[in-house]
Amino acid sequence: MKTGILSIGLVRGLLFQAAGFLAGVAVVTVIRLAFGMGFSAEPAIVLGAFFSAIGFMIGVGAFSGWFANALGKPAIPPEEVEEPSGFKRYLGVSYDHKVIGVQYGMLTIAALFLGGSFALIFRSELVAPGMQLIGLQQFNTLIGLHGMVAIVGMLLGGAALGNFLVPLLIGAKDMAFPRLNAFAFWLAVPAVVLVLSSMAAGGFDTGWTAYPPLSIFANMGMQLFFAGVVVFGWSSVLGALNIVATVLRMRAPGMSLFRMPIFVWGSLATSIIAMTATQLIGLSFQLVMFERLFGMGFFNPANGGNPILFQHLFWFYSHPAVYIFVLPGFAVISELLPVFARKPLFGYRWVAMSSLGIALVGFLVWAHHMFTSGMEEYLRVPFMYTTLLVAVPTGVKFFSWTGTLWEGKIRFTVPMLFVLGAMNVFLLGGLTGPILGTIPTDLHLHDSYFVVGHFHNTMFGGFVFPFIAAVHYWFPKITGRKMSDLLGRITFFILLPSFWIQTLGQMQVGLLGMRRRVADYDTLPEFQTTHIFITVAGFLVGLAFVIFMYNVIRSAMKGEVAVGNVWESRSPEWELLPNPAPKHNYPQPLVVTGDPYDYSLTDTEYVELVPVAGATD
Amino acid sequence: MSVQPYPAETHPVDAHPVENLRHRERTNRLGLWLFILSDSFVFGALLFTRFYLLGNNRPELIQWLGLVVTVVLLASSFFMNRAEVQMSLGNRQGFLRNTLVTIVLGSLFLIGVVGVEWQVAHFGPADGAQGAIFYTMTGFHAFHVFTGVIFLSLVYRNAKKGLYSAEHHWPVEAAAVYWHFVDLVWIFFYPALYLIGTAL
Repeated sequence: MKTGILSIGLVRGLLFQAAGFLAGVAVVTVIRLAFGMGFSAEPAIVLGAFFSAIGFMIGVGAFSGWFANALGKPAIPPEEVEEPSGFKRYLGVSYDHKVIGVQYGMLTIAALFLGGSFALIFRSELVAPGMQLIGLQQFNTLIGLHGMVAIVGMLLGGAALGNFLVPLLIGAKDMAFPRLNAFAFWLAVPAVVLVLSSMAAGGFDTGWTAYPPLSIFANMGMQLFFAGVVVFGWSSVLGALNIVATVLRMRAPGMSLFRMPIFVWGSLATSIIAMTATQLIGLSFQLVMFERLFGMGFFNPANGGNPILFQHLFWFYSHPAVYIFVLPGFAVISELLPVFARKPLFGYRWVAMSSLGIALVGFLVWAHHMFTSGMEEYLRVPFMYTTLLVAVPTGVKFFSWTGTLWEGKIRFTVPMLFVLGAMNVFLLGGLTGPILGTIPTDLHLHDSYFVVGHFHNTMFGGFVFPFIAAVHYWFPKITGRKMSDLLGRITFFILLPSFWIQTLGQMQVGLLGMRRRVADYDTLPEFQTTHIFITVAGFLVGLAFVIFMYNVIRSAMKGEVAVGNVWESRSPEWELLPNPAPKHNYPQPLVVTGDPYDYSLTDTEYVELVPVAGATD
Repeated sequence: MSVQPYPAETHPVDAHPVENLRHRERTNRLGLWLFILSDSFVFGALLFTRFYLLGNNRPELIQWLGLVVTVVLLASSFFMNRAEVQMSLGNRQGFLRNTLVTIVLGSLFLIGVVGVEWQVAHFGPADGAQGAIFYTMTGFHAFHVFTGVIFLSLVYRNAKKGLYSAEHHWPVEAAAVYWHFVDLVWIFFYPALYLIGTAL
């Protein structure tokens, strides 16, 4: 095994990314000079951005197997590739789905930390009216980056859970396409680098939604932001495609669709959205890119375009995107509740179908973001009804959860606390949804801080709380150690109340008429008092997250060793595997003999290992 | 939920299905179709863009040239299908011949659209919505044709080295399905750009 810093894939990738960027700049410049057009920074930077992503992928080694295939040379099968041991395997290409899941998880936590830090910077600015800490352009850039980096973090988090858990839960050795899996993960790294590098190129002042015409005239940072999101979109598409194929093709014998652990349903539904709708945000951002580069008239009315078109294309993805985050989160809640309430999941089939229902109805609601945009009048009412329809499958999930808790023997472990926290935080987000989905109230509340409060409730309840629950719950399967119970409880009891204060405060100033995304506000005392509360609560949320990160790192190194079925779960990864889960998962094929959540029946098993027929040992 | 123990003996579990090559190819096939489903959302969105901005108008283009490139591309799909059939019959020479014709026709299509139509069109990419739509739609499609040509060239080279057999030629099938998909996209794009509505 090679040593030295260049043997680390991530380092090679970043070096190649820089080289790729310079190559792209050089290609554009040479071509332009050859045609006598002179140097121009914008096309050079755009091509440099895409070349840099390709450069990263070559450097990290994500292409090597496919290059060999394309040239007709035998490539080593992914399951036989020798991989470094210890922490180093997380820093380079690995084809093991559990390693990739953990890589996604680490990038998730980093992105959420970064996205949150951006928020704390501009939150500090909002403590008082007037401008104190940062300039207007910086404020706007931070607003946009907070949004996109946190969204990227949550998309990565869904992929982390899906990659780590789906093969384990369905009894497979790995994902359907291990090389593609590694490729999809590593593509996310240069994408994040590109999105962040927009700060160095003058930032952008559009917010994460990047509406034209403003985005057509924004600083150069806009283009790097677009390029990063387009590249990340491909990462998301390919990762989701892999999960769909894995769920449909790699299940253990006897595991019919309605005997899958419920998390797999959530992951399947979320992947169907990510695989298809993501193309539209990629396309809409590329069209703005082209408009800036070639003067094409898509969105600028002065050149025959229509800015409303962008909003249609953009929200066709970006609304379903929130279901991409919350469906895995919901699935974690549904997966963990039966374990800790010692009861079957109430209405399994309904919960499974409600995931697909949310995914499918989610495709039909996008224009509720555009009630005030000046789009065609006749679209408003139909989109109001489809939006309200989403409450039905979501309500099914809530009734299932309360039904599962009802008369259960609840154990208040740390994962369970976060699950319960997720339910009550999402409840507030869910109940404020119909208020915003109804046209008359939305006309009043549109683009106000009320929307910000609603959105953060759905995201924390639908993703962040369940994600932290999942990390606590499956941590022994990753590291063989438990996370600290005390630190987990401290995290929870700081996070929940401060998060409530933060979002209720946001809703309150929103109802008073405070616009979102503005750097300054009236000197009225009602505004400032609440903003101080929001900011302090925001810092406490950040503190809770830092404690969580510390807990993860500390427990990975010297946490209590976890033995056996830590949570007394019926799930195959806990019943059949040691901690941490070994490479290639199950030693033999497993067969499904019962239902996943029959905690009341002590004489049945969900899965059993089947000895391989004809094996001699 | 009531317990209904699954009759395990009805499911053969002697060999893990992943090790089964046929299972592998079926999984690959599903992956390819999922990719095509995903990609078709890009083209669907471009069609939406075209009708949203231009409605019942269309860019003024050279009709005979559009017809010629369309015929060329459709003919290439015919030869692609022949090539795949020849491969599954075990006729490598027939496969190589037909694939070569497909590659040539695909390249002619690219020359016709990018090399001729782009140069002689009487509007540029910056000339209003029609320029934006025409160059972007044909550009996205031409990029797919271009990648298809590269894909076919690699398959051609590897087939020449004798890497595929009548039973196992998944890369050939993948390239063929991709090629037909790109062709199918043009069947929607051609009328949207050349035929529907009144010329501007």
